[in-house]
Amino acid sequence: MRSGRLPMKRFEKKLWLGLIVMALLSPLGIILPEKFGAEDAWGEWGLDTLERLLGYIPEGLKRTADIWVAPIPDYTFGGDGALVTTKILSYIVSGIIGIILASIIMKIISKLLFKDDK
Amino acid sequence: MHIPDGYLSPQTYIPLYGVSMAFWGIALKKIKKEVSAKQVPYLAIAAAFSFLIQMFNIPIPGGTSGHAVGAGIIALLLGPWTAVISVSVVLIIQAFVFGDGGITAIGANCFNMAILMPFVAFWTFTMIKGRKNSGVRFISAAFLSGYIGLTAAALCAAFMFGIQPVIAAGPDGRPLYAPYPLSIAIPAMAIEHLLLFSIVEGVMTVALLKYFLKNESTLLYAIRETSYEKV
Repeated sequence: MRSGRLPMKRFEKKLWLGLIVMALLSPLGIILPEKFGAEDAWGEWGLDTLERLLGYIPEGLKRTADIWVAPIPDYTFGGDGALVTTKILSYIVSGIIGIILASIIMKIISKLLFKDDK
Repeated sequence: MHIPDGYLSPQTYIPLYGVSMAFWGIALKKIKKEVSAKQVPYLAIAAAFSFLIQMFNIPIPGGTSGHAVGAGIIALLLGPWTAVISVSVVLIIQAFVFGDGGITAIGANCFNMAILMPFVAFWTFTMIKGRKNSGVRFISAAFLSGYIGLTAAALCAAFMFGIQPVIAAGPDGRPLYAPYPLSIAIPAMAIEHLLLFSIVEGVMTVALLKYFLKNESTLLYAIRETSYEKV
């Protein structure tokens, strides 16, 4: 109707919609591990867990572990002790934030790369 | 396999920053040359997809959890160099905003998941795939590209963890950073990926490749590339 690019546009829209559905489903990524009693990924333990596993915390690790304080640690608002509903909502919000940040940065990169081509 | 802050010694993470930065530089040049105007809108979609797929933690009952990365399918659809940039962007967002992966380990994590993985996946696919874009051989190539790609990334992360006790120990002989030797790190990471996480990555790669082949086959970099070579 508008141009020859229309079918492509529709396909892109479909993919974006799929990404939003993925964000809405993302809480499965915390619900399932909790349900099956699965812990953190191998090698990604917090200091408490390391101390439990080893009986001590390696010196250098202790020094650098908290070098950065992330605004939304572990994709969860309210920390580890947050309610399950909070965690679920946090995950969805984090997913949406991820979509927005990733696409803005990629758009900026493509603008910079392809600016002289127009 | 997002290595957190504190697990790698500076003598590991600083050189890896250098390696990843070199790849970023080449990747940006390659993308400018290889990616067509029609594909540009998909760069953002690819990055957003990789971010989201990594949120789906898959549990090993009573054990650890892990997830797919999506770097393999991005390499097949948009080319390995595009995967380098889009997955690196995701890993940097994850580190800074969500504390998933360390700030000091960005170079290391990008090397494993955004550089090694897409290239291993891409090479695996083009080596195994035959002439036809369907059939058992084609599907196996797609599955193995995701399966081997993610496993390679996991093994490389395990290697980085495992060498720490050897290269950085305190005066008392205790490790300063990641505490487990190669003999523990490699089997731990290998088994969980070979038996579960990489299978998920492989199946996802097959499903998405089939979907794009059916709906928008012009996007298939890996197929375009190999058929060009034959001409």
